[in-house]
Amino acid sequence: MWIFLRKAVRLSAIYLYGATGEILTEKSGHLNLGTPGIMCMGAIGGCLGVRAYVGTLSSLAQMNGFAVVLIGIICAFLFGMLGGLIYSFLTVTLRCNQNVTGLTLTTFGAGLMSFVLSSIDQTGFSEASEYFRMGFVNGQDLDWFSTLFLNYGTLVYLAIAIAIIAAIVLKKTRTGLNLRAVGENPATADAAGISVGKYRYFATLTGAGIAGLGGLCYIMDSLLGTIDYEVEAFGWIAVALVIFSIWKPDLAIVGSLLFGILLNAADAMQILNKGLIKTLPYVVTVIVLVITSIINKRETQPPAALGTSYFREER
Amino acid sequence: MKSVTGKPSKFDAFVDKLKKESPIHIAKRMDAPKWLPWVVRVSAVIVAIFVCAIVCVGEGGSFGGFFTELFRASFSTGRRVVNLLQEIAILLLIALAVTPAFKMKFWNIGAEGQVLMGALMSVVCIKYLGTYVTNGSMSDGGLIFICLIAAIVGGAGWAVIPAIFKAKWNTNETLFTLMMNYIATGIVAFSIVAWVPAGSFTLGILPQGHLPNVGGYPYIINIIVVAILVVLVWVYLRFSKHGYEISVVGESVNTARYIGVSVPKVIIRTMLLSGMLCGVAGWLLVNGASFSITTETVGGRGFTAILVSWLGQFNPFAMVVVAFLVAFLTKGGSQLASTYNFGGSFPKIMTGIFFFIFIACEFFVNYKLKFNFEHLRKEKNQNECVADDVIDVQAEDDNKNNDATESNMDEEVTD
Repeated sequence: MWIFLRKAVRLSAIYLYGATGEILTEKSGHLNLGTPGIMCMGAIGGCLGVRAYVGTLSSLAQMNGFAVVLIGIICAFLFGMLGGLIYSFLTVTLRCNQNVTGLTLTTFGAGLMSFVLSSIDQTGFSEASEYFRMGFVNGQDLDWFSTLFLNYGTLVYLAIAIAIIAAIVLKKTRTGLNLRAVGENPATADAAGISVGKYRYFATLTGAGIAGLGGLCYIMDSLLGTIDYEVEAFGWIAVALVIFSIWKPDLAIVGSLLFGILLNAADAMQILNKGLIKTLPYVVTVIVLVITSIINKRETQPPAALGTSYFREER
Repeated sequence: MKSVTGKPSKFDAFVDKLKKESPIHIAKRMDAPKWLPWVVRVSAVIVAIFVCAIVCVGEGGSFGGFFTELFRASFSTGRRVVNLLQEIAILLLIALAVTPAFKMKFWNIGAEGQVLMGALMSVVCIKYLGTYVTNGSMSDGGLIFICLIAAIVGGAGWAVIPAIFKAKWNTNETLFTLMMNYIATGIVAFSIVAWVPAGSFTLGILPQGHLPNVGGYPYIINIIVVAILVVLVWVYLRFSKHGYEISVVGESVNTARYIGVSVPKVIIRTMLLSGMLCGVAGWLLVNGASFSITTETVGGRGFTAILVSWLGQFNPFAMVVVAFLVAFLTKGGSQLASTYNFGGSFPKIMTGIFFFIFIACEFFVNYKLKFNFEHLRKEKNQNECVADDVIDVQAEDDNKNNDATESNMDEEVTD
């Protein structure tokens, strides 16, 4: 039971990153359907970073756990931001259609990931992964508390921490207020002296960097340092999670756990035909989407300007 | 712009600051000549292909090799031309399917799922009615027709669910249709495992319900069907009352209400049409191409088709050109990947680059850049004048001509 929950939490970190990043972006009014692609870019960055670090070592025994984790995280973040930069340049500065740009970014990111990572030298990845997965308490036979709370890798704790920070920033700070204003009504925000473009760049780039960490988390935490190209699917789950958590990062933590349980349920119940159970997160999301639209309360609605580019001279 | 009183006010200083911060000013194009968009787009295509060539050279290919392989992939044999046309046809059909909804500003990004449901319904028919063909109580043509009807029902059914919620409660259709894609994929995965419960978990080629080859080539019927539908959809959007209502709803929901168009009705009707066309695409994919189904039968075409429709300006004939370019680059990319050993994802990168550049070029179609360097220089001159307390004449001059024109500049220089 505890092992099952632990598995769900570990899995949930992947798309919690994606969802937190996407919430920040969507709060600024940009629907970034490139999130799956950005997560792929993050995976590329993390792998290249770890690879570069391993390349500088004369033997794997010299590997410094702190350094390898830090380098992985920084590189994944930067590569995610690179994806976000492409997206925000096209949509914020050039005012291109957001859906179209996002979908292209997803295709491109997924393609780039298998292009770059299929030929990468994976020496040292499994050792690096052990450092990524090192928790406060490690070992085989742990009591339930340690299994459930203390035995995760850095990236899992980081995911939850970032989600909480994002929730606080959005709800309590002036920056968050301005960001929400930009997403709800950019023209009014502009008139009030808030730079719409700057906030949108800031939100998209930060969000993309955070989403990029999701790709790293998948490779280094869930897959134990081996490479697989399923990141895109997790990216779409992240987009679903944004809706499920009605654009609130703190709810996304709960939602990601629920999705993790649903996704793991098929394995746990040993059902052979997993097709329908794997759709459960999406079905649940659709239900939430429908219910929130029927209730039609302002707090549960998407940001009003979601999906529209802002051009000051347009009436 | 200086205030008439002479001394620069706080507001003027703010305006000056704004002007200094952005020497480039973006303005909407109002009176662009008709040829301009096409020049921009054609240049974008050329730039995109050259960027792909540079990527290819950077990865160890050669420049000449890139172009030879690119064209060889699509045009070297008759079979390859037919394959190219088939790829264009399917992509184009799905793009046609999403177009009416897009014109209405209904962001149907669920074409992937709608096509897949159409394909699944067709497979279901073959699977359970195929025995009647083998024992002679039903003709193959009859089965194909039943498949078509079932596929249309499947696609339309899958499309109308989000439409109903959109019409009734204004549920966000982008996110709804996106989720429906993955539910459809799950249902297909479930069905395949249910049919093939052991072993490879792949459904082999079904023996019945194949569309016939024409002149020794497969896919010819697919291509003809799509060619007819291109014209029909164009006529529907351009000349029918429905097409007009779609445009009105797309332009302004309120206007549509004022002239007595029932918006929910239009939304549901248009999405039914969208889904029906997607169903036809699913039918062609099963009965005319693969004779089987996997979760990858549509293979991302549902998303690519959205890009095709949007970049073709929702004009069916322009979409033919875009679909051709995409199919051409995809085929060329796979050929290059196998020649130079780039790996199977190379076509995805090529189409990605192509789309990025093509999307970006739309900016230059809709907006123009005004470079304000002259203006800045003028401001500088003026500031010097302000320091010398020589202001008034120029300030009034400026109020008359806000634009930084050459003549204005000259006057200042002579001053």
